[in-house]
Amino acid sequence: MATKEIAGKTVSLTEEGYLTDPSQWTREVAQAIAAEEGISMTDAHWKVIDFLKKDFAETGVLASMRRINKTGGIPTKDLYELFPEGPLKKAARIAGLSKPTSCV
Amino acid sequence: MKKILIIGAGTAGTMMAVHLSRKLNHKEWAITILDKDENHYYQPGYLFIPFGIYTKKDVIRKGAKYIPAGVEYLLAEVEQIIAEQNKIKLKDGREIAYDLLIIATGNNIHPEETQGMVENGWRKDIFDIYTADGADALSKIIPDFRGGKVAIHVAEMPIKCPVAPLEIAFLTDWYFTKKRIRKDVQIDFVTPLAGAFSKPATAKVMGHLLQERGINMVVDFGTERVEQGKLVSYDKRTVEYDLLITTPTNMGDELMARSGLGDDLNYVPTDKHTLQAKAKDNIFALGDATNLPSSKAGSVVHFQSEILMGNILNYIQGKELKESFDGHSNCFIESGYGKAFLIDFNYELDPVEGTYPLPFFGPFSLLRETRLNHIGKLSMKFVYWNILLKGIPIPGISAKMGRAGKIIFEA
Ligand SMILES: Cc1cc2nc3c(=O)[nH]c(=O)nc-3n(C[C@H](O)[C@H](O)[C@H](O)COP(=O)(O)OP(=O)(O)OC[C@H]3O[C@@H](n4cnc5c(N)ncnc54)[C@H](O)[C@@H]3O)c2cc1C
Repeated sequence: MATKEIAGKTVSLTEEGYLTDPSQWTREVAQAIAAEEGISMTDAHWKVIDFLKKDFAETGVLASMRRINKTGGIPTKDLYELFPEGPLKKAARIAGLSKPTSCV
Repeated sequence: MKKILIIGAGTAGTMMAVHLSRKLNHKEWAITILDKDENHYYQPGYLFIPFGIYTKKDVIRKGAKYIPAGVEYLLAEVEQIIAEQNKIKLKDGREIAYDLLIIATGNNIHPEETQGMVENGWRKDIFDIYTADGADALSKIIPDFRGGKVAIHVAEMPIKCPVAPLEIAFLTDWYFTKKRIRKDVQIDFVTPLAGAFSKPATAKVMGHLLQERGINMVVDFGTERVEQGKLVSYDKRTVEYDLLITTPTNMGDELMARSGLGDDLNYVPTDKHTLQAKAKDNIFALGDATNLPSSKAGSVVHFQSEILMGNILNYIQGKELKESFDGHSNCFIESGYGKAFLIDFNYELDPVEGTYPLPFFGPFSLLRETRLNHIGKLSMKFVYWNILLKGIPIPGISAKMGRAGKIIFEA
């Protein structure tokens, strides 16, 4: 674990750059992480991030792409366009949630 | 007289029926188990059917034969669980009330969840090894395969027995090598995961082995659709095939959707340690039917059944549910050429090297390819029907994962 300055805020991160303390998340931090991933946030991006955060607050687990599609109403195809190459990994990171663990 | 009802007489339901019939007072408790299918399937055996090692007959038995005396067995499909009223409704309209319910309905494949998979060649050039019929159908065409592209494919995680697609890849390589046409066969392993497996230590070992066997890995492949002879990913990559051996989306039984008890994949939200369903305190669930982050595998079911038996006794005595499942899982991985691997892990620990079940003595080696592991894998068929399903304990094998004799890397 390391700490880093992101968007003027000191945050703790895992080795792979995921926030370890969700309370350190702000929209500015999210924007800065997105920029690191080469993504500039639009309303469509925020819709995904807001859904992930809301769903996590309710269920305690990171939503799967299937759930983002079926419950969040965001087609998987769009997810890949918004967050190319590993949409869930990137969206989770931007949302300040932990890295998706694919079930064994 | 109180009633315990078990839905599903597969691996999990049968094991619970055996435990319960031994541990419960038959004057106080009536035990009933239901299944919609009169057959019980030894699913790990499906893997060997396409390659002519087993036939369908080896893997199918009548389910009722394994239900102990004193337990009522009903052949019926459950239409709905009405949790608030502690009763179930059968397809034929009958209702059965219960005091305690155990859900052991497993999971199944759903090719229709992937666009084009059913329409564009299901059971013509697209096969699965996740059903007895699929494995049998493949066994009829694979001897006539003269060369071309074979894709071994996983549509979506999670799947049951997550190592099975790897085993299919290894056996496919071995089979065509044995037939002396391996040079004419291209094998692609296409997965939505970032590597060969989800646990890093195993992914590394398996990744190397795939490479050694000349099997091409295509990772992070989120399948959008299947066209004639072609897989297409969401990020617009394609993999062409002449023969597709796929593991379609796995889902729990639709009963959960009808009963409002399932998640997006019809799995029952369940406490990962106590095995109590989140929906209601007199409902418990185990095996492939749950949303637990443990592997969906028979070995896991075996470990869970011991924990659950303890907690059911706690529950009916009004005690705290103090038995806790640790995610313990182990699995032989058949790698072809008469050899196999064995892995052993839990919620916290990645598979490790060492010996199993006895520290240092084995006889099985963890995370290493040996002949003895292969013999272990083949003997599982006998062990399953004659020892595991009958609830006969195996020395050295316990529900909680042991650490002795293992070289452990913290995950
Ligand atoms: C190809 C393959 C290879 C495998 N290899 C291994 C391996 O090497 N090692 C290992 O440990 N595991 C392996 N497994 C996994 C193992 O077989 C399963 O995890 C195990 O059988 C799960 O048991 P279960 O009781 O949860 O489900 P099942 O055994 O599938 O039983 C569920 C039962 O519920 C019944 N049912 C469902 N819905 C209803 C309803 N509405 N009404 C009435 N009845 C219903 C079904 O008919 C079924 O009989 C493999 C599986 C496959 C497919």
